[in-house]
Amino acid sequence: MSARSNILNKLRTGLAGSIPRPDDFDERLVTEPWQYAPEDRVMRLRNLMEAVHTEVHQVRSDDWPEKVAAILAERELGNLLHAPATVHGQQLAVHWEQSGSHVQLLAYDRPVEEWKEELFWQVDASITGTVGAIAATGSLVLWPDRHEPRLMSLLPPLHIALLKASEIEDNLYAMMQRQNWSAGLPTNLLLVSGPSKTADIEQVLAYGAHGPKELVVLILEDA
Amino acid sequence: MSQRIPVTELTGGFRDRAEVALADGQLRTNFRTAMDSLMKKRADAFPDEEEREGLRELGNRIKARALSRLPDLLEQLEAKLTDNGVQVHWAETTEQANEIVHGIIQARQGTQVVKGKSMVSEEMEMNDYLAERGVECLESDMGEYIVQLDGEKPSHIIMPAIHKNRYQVARLFHDKLGVDETDDVNELIQIGRRTLRRKFMEADVGVSGVNFAIAETGTLLLVENEGNGRMSTTAPPVHVAVTGIEKVVENLRDVVPLLSLLTRSALGQPITTYVNLISGPRKADELDGPEEVHLVLLDNGRSGAFADAQMRQTLNCIRCGACMNHCPVYTRVGGHTYGEVYPGPIGKIVTPHMVGLHQVPDHPSASSLCGACGEVCPVKIPIPELLQRLRQENVKSPAEGPKVKDGGAKYSRKERLIWRFWRTLNSTPALYRLFLWGATRFRKLTPKHVGPWTQNHTAPVPAKRSLHDLAREHLARNGGQ
Repeated sequence: MSARSNILNKLRTGLAGSIPRPDDFDERLVTEPWQYAPEDRVMRLRNLMEAVHTEVHQVRSDDWPEKVAAILAERELGNLLHAPATVHGQQLAVHWEQSGSHVQLLAYDRPVEEWKEELFWQVDASITGTVGAIAATGSLVLWPDRHEPRLMSLLPPLHIALLKASEIEDNLYAMMQRQNWSAGLPTNLLLVSGPSKTADIEQVLAYGAHGPKELVVLILEDA
Repeated sequence: MSQRIPVTELTGGFRDRAEVALADGQLRTNFRTAMDSLMKKRADAFPDEEEREGLRELGNRIKARALSRLPDLLEQLEAKLTDNGVQVHWAETTEQANEIVHGIIQARQGTQVVKGKSMVSEEMEMNDYLAERGVECLESDMGEYIVQLDGEKPSHIIMPAIHKNRYQVARLFHDKLGVDETDDVNELIQIGRRTLRRKFMEADVGVSGVNFAIAETGTLLLVENEGNGRMSTTAPPVHVAVTGIEKVVENLRDVVPLLSLLTRSALGQPITTYVNLISGPRKADELDGPEEVHLVLLDNGRSGAFADAQMRQTLNCIRCGACMNHCPVYTRVGGHTYGEVYPGPIGKIVTPHMVGLHQVPDHPSASSLCGACGEVCPVKIPIPELLQRLRQENVKSPAEGPKVKDGGAKYSRKERLIWRFWRTLNSTPALYRLFLWGATRFRKLTPKHVGPWTQNHTAPVPAKRSLHDLAREHLARNGGQ
């Protein structure tokens, strides 16, 4: 007998004579306490994210690349990992071209194995999109794909995320429903609620444990 | 000077270790400070009692529903994960689970493993198993890393190194990593970051646990703050997740309340920094992520607990650690005193099914039954009730057929006879009167030392006259009014 059938048999014996419990999931319990007026959503998200050391800026969809340049200049960073095949990646590249920025634009255009050393140690910052955010918990929703791979939001010490104000949902349940997550999830879906942190020594909060030391969110107010 | 007590150096049972821990001022300060802070954080995270209680009830129902269909859900999970390209393995024992993990590593000729935090891998003692076979298995959660570096075991399921203060960590890093001694926590964390980043890059295999396995979509959900979980599950070419069979839930929406209960109960956070939902290995056109993803489903006594409708509730546990944070016993004796993987109240009710009551005979009674654990449990496991049940199982005679693994560990014929005598004495009026007569007249003969009671109390001495006598006299004097 295999381990699988032994385990399943034992469990089935344990259940003999009982009936499955009904599905009485009450969605009100996870939605009603977490609803906000549209104009309050951004503020709620902002407050929660700032409370965990996230830098949040409200910008416009035509001038955000400038803000990115300013953020990098402030920190005197030398390069930025972007996704050239995305709309925002192209917008950024155009701005870089026009402004003659000396910050090097890097593209995640080959498998990780081909440039692991560089990706792990030499990338200063990255910029990715998001597919929305959750006001209740102050979380960004990232849906990594071929163009914006998983490690883009994890390895660089600074991660800049673009968020459309119109894509902020009240709570996780509403987000799942709107985007119909149960119909199909990507290889790796992520909720990101601040820069990497730990409190493992004396419960003293320290940022930049293994992931980004800094998270900057640019909220596109008119998008 | 504080005294370090690595669990590996400890001998004897719970009682002996408790005595050492109770006398360790530094250890007690470290735990008291941490537990006070965690209790406050949880309370602050649930400001609305009605909301909290509604959510706990929902959490309990979701787990009860999942358990009521557990074998079906496990099959559904397996089918979905397989469709998604994840390889599913089953293990009845920790030995089998270790063999499976080692087999996967060998197939890739791997020598280096990084591990995100996983309590199931602690059950398996995976680090030791792999080390004996020439594979380095490095903990990457900061707390776990500290504990591993010092040759210790975690003392808390969420905060593994909570028994240490910054100075102890500083000295450890200095001794083991050759860095300058610093008491700056930020600097200590950065030392860990630099050391472990190289390991993430080089590792052949990443190992993680699972917080919730979702049958509906074939998804493994992991929560964490550090990013080491994401690193372990993304950077190496192979990801192996190990989990207990009780972690499966039916639907994706079921994790919404469970996630909220978990992070708020554990750390008082509305959510952890990262919630990582993994539904498959790297697709053909993707540029990163593991090429292989494996899930090892471990039983290790869980099906034994499952067979008993009352003890089945132990499988509701979502491993938040709130019960230990609120436990007056845990706070005083610390995690290592329990001598097992899962300390505190939850440890006391899950461990017997894994290792048998013979190995942990004192666990069920190391509780004041104050009820704090049951009150804060996010999935409403009636921990005090289960502790009482285990106490009964613990003293059952072989003829009474104890239902928990190695039940009857504390059965004693002598104790049973004493109680039988006591019962007869109290339920036979003539005998009781005779006893009273003797006890009041020969009161000076009662022993001065009666076990642990007289460590802190004076021995009880019967009064000169019994209450019955006094009452009778009173009634006679007052004419029976």
